[in-house]
Amino acid sequence: MSDRFKGILDAITRVRGVRGAMIVVWQDGLIVSDSLMEGVRGNAVAALTSSVTKYAESVMLASGIGRLQFLHLQASNGVLLVVATGSETLVVAIAEPSVNVGLVRLELIRAAEAVK
Amino acid sequence: MTRMYAVDPWVEKPLEAFVVEAGARLALLMTPAGQVIAQYGFTRAVDVMAAAALGAAIVASTGEIAKLLDEPTFSVLNHQGKRHGILLAGFDTPRGRMVCLAVYGPDSTPGLVQLFFEEFSRDVRDACPETEAPKQVLAADFERELNESLSALFRT
Repeated sequence: MSDRFKGILDAITRVRGVRGAMIVVWQDGLIVSDSLMEGVRGNAVAALTSSVTKYAESVMLASGIGRLQFLHLQASNGVLLVVATGSETLVVAIAEPSVNVGLVRLELIRAAEAVK
Repeated sequence: MTRMYAVDPWVEKPLEAFVVEAGARLALLMTPAGQVIAQYGFTRAVDVMAAAALGAAIVASTGEIAKLLDEPTFSVLNHQGKRHGILLAGFDTPRGRMVCLAVYGPDSTPGLVQLFFEEFSRDVRDACPETEAPKQVLAADFERELNESLSALFRT
C-alpha cells in the first residue's frame, strides 16, 4: 500500500469503532487500497459495495435528486458507510453499530477529497 | 428456457449459481486443452468451439509467460472492453485442472465476477466426483469426443 493511501485510510481507521476502510474502483469493484481488521472479506465487500452503490445511484438519478454522495447502510452488527469521491473511486468504512457516524462521515469526506 | 448445458450433470448447479450471481452473459467450463465440460448462453456449436479454442490458447500462452517469470501459474485473467468484459481463470479439481471463461456486460463488474468465480471454483471442487481420472485425449478419438460433447452441450 502506498504511503499516500495508507495515511488517508489510517485517518478513518483511527476513529473508535471502525473495523476497516478501503478505497474501491467504483466501476470495477476492485480494491485500490485497504486497511481492514482480520475477518473482514475485503474483496467481497468491495465487489458488492460497488454493485450496491450503482443501484443506489440509479435510484437517486431516477428520483431526480442528483448523484450519489454518501451511503449509510445500517445492519444488526454494524454499519457500512460509503462516500463517492466524485471521480472513479469510493471510500468505504465498515464499523461497529456504536460508532460515531458523523465523525466517520467527516473522515470519509476528507479522504474522498484527498483521493480525488 | 434454460440456456445451460453440461456434459457432466454435477457441474450444472454451481454453474447456474455462478452465472446468476455474477451476472455473466456467457460462460464456458473446459479443460486447459479446450474440451468443453459445460456452457451457458451460447446458441451455436461453432461459437463454443471457437471460444474454447481461443480460451485454451490464452491459458497456454499466459502459462508460458508465467514460466518465464518463474511463477507457478497465473490464476485469473481479466479483460475489459466498452460493452463486455471477460474473465478467464483456472482452478484445480479432483479431475485435474479446469478453466472457466465468463463474458459479462456493463451490469456486472470484474470484482463481482471474480468474487463469485471463487465460490464457483469451490463449489465445483466440492461437487466433482473423484472416480474418473483425467484421460489423455488421443488424436484418433478427438473428433468423436468433440462431436459427442457438442451433442450433449446442445442436446442435438
